[in-house]
Amino acid sequence: MASISEGGTMPAAGPAKAKGPLIYRQSIFTRLTHWVWAIALFFLLLSGLQIFNAHPALYIGQESGFAYDNAILRMQAENTPQGPRGFTTILGQKFDTTGVFAMSGSAERPAYRGFPAWATIPSFQDLATGRVVHFFFAWVLVGALAIWAIASLANGHLWRDVILKPRDLLELPRDVVAHLKFRFKHGRSYGPLQKVAYFAVFFVLFPLIILTGLTMSPGMDAAWPWLLDVFGGRQTARTIHFTVMVLLVLFFLVHIVMVVLAGPINELRSMITGYYRTSPGTEPSASKEETTNGWPHP
Amino acid sequence: MAGPILSRRRLLGLGAATASSLILAGCSEFDFLGKRNDAVRDFLERANDLTYAVQRGLIGEQTLAREYSESEIRQGQRPNGSTNPGSDEYVGMLQNGFADYRLRIKGLVEREVEFSLAELRNMPARTQITRHDCVEGWSCIAKWTGTPLGLVLDQARLKPGARFLVYHCYDAMGGGLSKPEPYYESCDLIDAYHPQTILAYGLNNEALPVANGAPIRVRIERALGYKQPKYVHTIEVVDSFAMIAGGQGGYWEDHGYDWYGGI
Repeated sequence: MASISEGGTMPAAGPAKAKGPLIYRQSIFTRLTHWVWAIALFFLLLSGLQIFNAHPALYIGQESGFAYDNAILRMQAENTPQGPRGFTTILGQKFDTTGVFAMSGSAERPAYRGFPAWATIPSFQDLATGRVVHFFFAWVLVGALAIWAIASLANGHLWRDVILKPRDLLELPRDVVAHLKFRFKHGRSYGPLQKVAYFAVFFVLFPLIILTGLTMSPGMDAAWPWLLDVFGGRQTARTIHFTVMVLLVLFFLVHIVMVVLAGPINELRSMITGYYRTSPGTEPSASKEETTNGWPHP
Repeated sequence: MAGPILSRRRLLGLGAATASSLILAGCSEFDFLGKRNDAVRDFLERANDLTYAVQRGLIGEQTLAREYSESEIRQGQRPNGSTNPGSDEYVGMLQNGFADYRLRIKGLVEREVEFSLAELRNMPARTQITRHDCVEGWSCIAKWTGTPLGLVLDQARLKPGARFLVYHCYDAMGGGLSKPEPYYESCDLIDAYHPQTILAYGLNNEALPVANGAPIRVRIERALGYKQPKYVHTIEVVDSFAMIAGGQGGYWEDHGYDWYGGI
């Protein structure tokens, strides 16, 4: 049993798993933009936390309340009878987050900052550099998104794998049950839950985080004043920007867990070479309908 | 099946080790980006030129920043940065109610001119309720009254070749271990002649307080707070600011911040 080669046929006996065909699943555009985003989002996250640390509070409305309170999140170190502690207040609930938020570093050299040094670029307080890094990778993110959108519209990826269709929603409950049983189907196109996840990222989270980022620009607020109305003010936009960041981090965690559970070699191979080992019974080539122009024929 | 499983495990382990070392090494791995003359940082900074070019193309030259209603003024204007220049010259003027203050326009102009505070107040005024956005992330809405900068520049008449205005201020930043550096800023002619760009002498229906930049603070409403200098005494019209102070066009720009400041 030790020498079954890749793609070899299984002996009739034994409980060995049958393999489906190896298909070309991810185009060069999907693969390239995937890794560009991986790098860009890494830098955007850590430089974004650096920028947040310059004023570690989030508000609802046009402005930040100093004479009144419209903050929904605040990280602040305070003196207590036990010495200084770091506190994070979310929606009026106050938590002692010493060691991570509001106060971190060593006992000898405590750092009073929102997010700790290991979570920011640079590790020390440097808003100017955080902005340089953030705006560079924001352009990278948007550029890759534009390339991906055009390519995926042309090669059918967008329609086949990302756009949610009524059929996907109908099949969703069964797919949820299958996922709960850790039974994953590896097909030509994405499964219903996968589509929900990627649809959410590309059509909700990415547009939201880009537009709320632009709402924080006083220049863009002049050009597109509707930004302020859509998001309920610059400070609300800043809060949404932060919240979407948290959702993207959650997406990343689920994404990694799913890659590991679904077979990391196969998943990584498909995102590097494009080739993907499908479940037994999968059609070796995608149907003509799905690959010609991305939109189904009438 | 022993072979493939082992190699798969090894690969997984390797991947996990790489990922975790990247996260643990965190971000001090990238601390070199904080060096102001690092080549990689210089490259990343070019994105700011792109932002400036795209936003200038996208935003009409005369397009106004959002103006708010009286009811949206819910607090005083939060002072930040310098809150009192404190120099002998400044304190002397302050005690005199800024009677001796003169705003000087010099450089690439047909006629160098000076304005007293009374003369500025006697020119047509503009009042606007706008949102002040600090680069740190907070915002504050306040009512600003002042003289449109364009009217003042019209009296000085800019020479051809004029490209930027450099604002020189009474306050100095730093101090302590570092040598105090006079605050200065600059803007292009689009911002200079923008209808909402005013030499503000009034804040929330009162004379501009010292903490907010008395006697004159420039309001450039489509930019962040650091682009709107306080305690301005001289406006220098130039074709380049490369020879002024650190050469980046402003105190904060000399300390690594982007010159455009519109995002």
